[in-house]
Amino acid sequence: MSRPPLARTAVPPAEQTRPAAGSYLRAIGAILWKDLAAEFRSRELLSGMLVFALLVILVFNFALELDFSARQAVTSGVLWVTFAFAGTLGLNRSMAVEKDRSCLDGLLLAPVDRSAIYFGKALSNLAFMLVVEAIVLPVYSVLYGTSLFNAGLIGVILLGSVGYVAVGTLLAAMAVQARTRDVLLPILLFPVVLPVLVSAVKASSGFLQGAAMGDILPWINLLIVYDVIFIAVAFMVFDFVVEE
Amino acid sequence: MIQVRKLVKRFGMKAVLRGLDFEVAEGEFVALIGPNGAGKTTFLRILASLSRPSLGEVTIAGYRLPAEAAAVRHSLGVVSHQPLLYGDLTAEENLRFYGRLYSVDGLERRIDTVLETVGLAARRRDLVRTFSRGMQQRLAIGRAILHDPGVLLFDEPHTGLDQDACDMLDGLLRTVSGQGRTVVMTSHDLARVEDLASRFDVLARGVIAASAPRAALQGANLLDFYRRALTEAA
Repeated sequence: MSRPPLARTAVPPAEQTRPAAGSYLRAIGAILWKDLAAEFRSRELLSGMLVFALLVILVFNFALELDFSARQAVTSGVLWVTFAFAGTLGLNRSMAVEKDRSCLDGLLLAPVDRSAIYFGKALSNLAFMLVVEAIVLPVYSVLYGTSLFNAGLIGVILLGSVGYVAVGTLLAAMAVQARTRDVLLPILLFPVVLPVLVSAVKASSGFLQGAAMGDILPWINLLIVYDVIFIAVAFMVFDFVVEE
Repeated sequence: MIQVRKLVKRFGMKAVLRGLDFEVAEGEFVALIGPNGAGKTTFLRILASLSRPSLGEVTIAGYRLPAEAAAVRHSLGVVSHQPLLYGDLTAEENLRFYGRLYSVDGLERRIDTVLETVGLAARRRDLVRTFSRGMQQRLAIGRAILHDPGVLLFDEPHTGLDQDACDMLDGLLRTVSGQGRTVVMTSHDLARVEDLASRFDVLARGVIAASAPRAALQGANLLDFYRRALTEAA
């Protein structure tokens, strides 16, 4: 087998680097592309999340056996419990893929700020969660006889998902180091993400029941504040979480 | 190229590395040999910036770890027991992904060159999960040299390979190390590193117990040198 020679770069490493912002965004984009491409092939993560989400909705549907008005009242709670459970499944799987074949080391070896790894993983987790939510909403509408196509509700789902994924990706990176990661993630995640879930349930409920915007706005503001806080904290501590 | 001074690594109360000193000149190929549990992988993970030292100084290509880790990582290629590849991506997609992380210039041309080098050009569009262990390890070397690093770290790359795959990997290791690169390779298989390295360092009880360039062995048995070093370290 004849192999062409590889010319070794003589330029000092620091001078090889492109502008930091470009490298940072390129790394985020590369991780997002990698996760989407791998999932497009395997469909392991999305199918698991989706089946689980649909089962949760079905279980609630049969367990509650409520009349129309009572169903209206519990809709936002059932929705967010479904999203949270399915999301945990996705977060665990997303990080387990990196850990099982030590691919996380491959990411950590890259000459980029490690927060780029966090943002890349968080964006792909958000994409998976939004896909599941986009499928769950119409199914829920049919099963529960409730129209969920409300612009306000969709905005709340987006904000809630961002907060959930922001803290979930960080905690999944922490939990994946442990042998009991499947159990550990929900134990760590649910108490921390509770403010996001409560705000999301209240705001969703407000939109579905036609409450005044003045009553809903405090919950939306709270969601935005939590999203910003969780993203900022994750940005600052991700490096310490993934390092030995 | 690599300087390590008084390196200590503790896990809780247990010290795995105990004041280790180590130096590698540019272009040298150093085999770091030692028994299981000697701290070889821990040491290599510190050199790779994957683990922080508890104490001591580590400098690679003039950059200090962990303070200048990002600059060090530009100079490093790492191959470990695991190939660090994604099974659901093809060979070229894996290289493209890592090439983007390293901001490699002329990436597509570089991928072609690397796939030729590791002998996987014909399998470039196959999913990595369909590859044998030997092929995955060859692609892992391709991943490690993709950004053309000056320093290569190999952590027991022969683990789990059959004889033919080991021989093919040795040929590839000679090719990639024979281009002026500095190489540190850990192993507990003396026969495997005997023909590859230009220097042998024995790691035992958390320090370099003995060091000898190939020329200094002068036909002496590497196994005897290794056993003597372990006895003296005990």
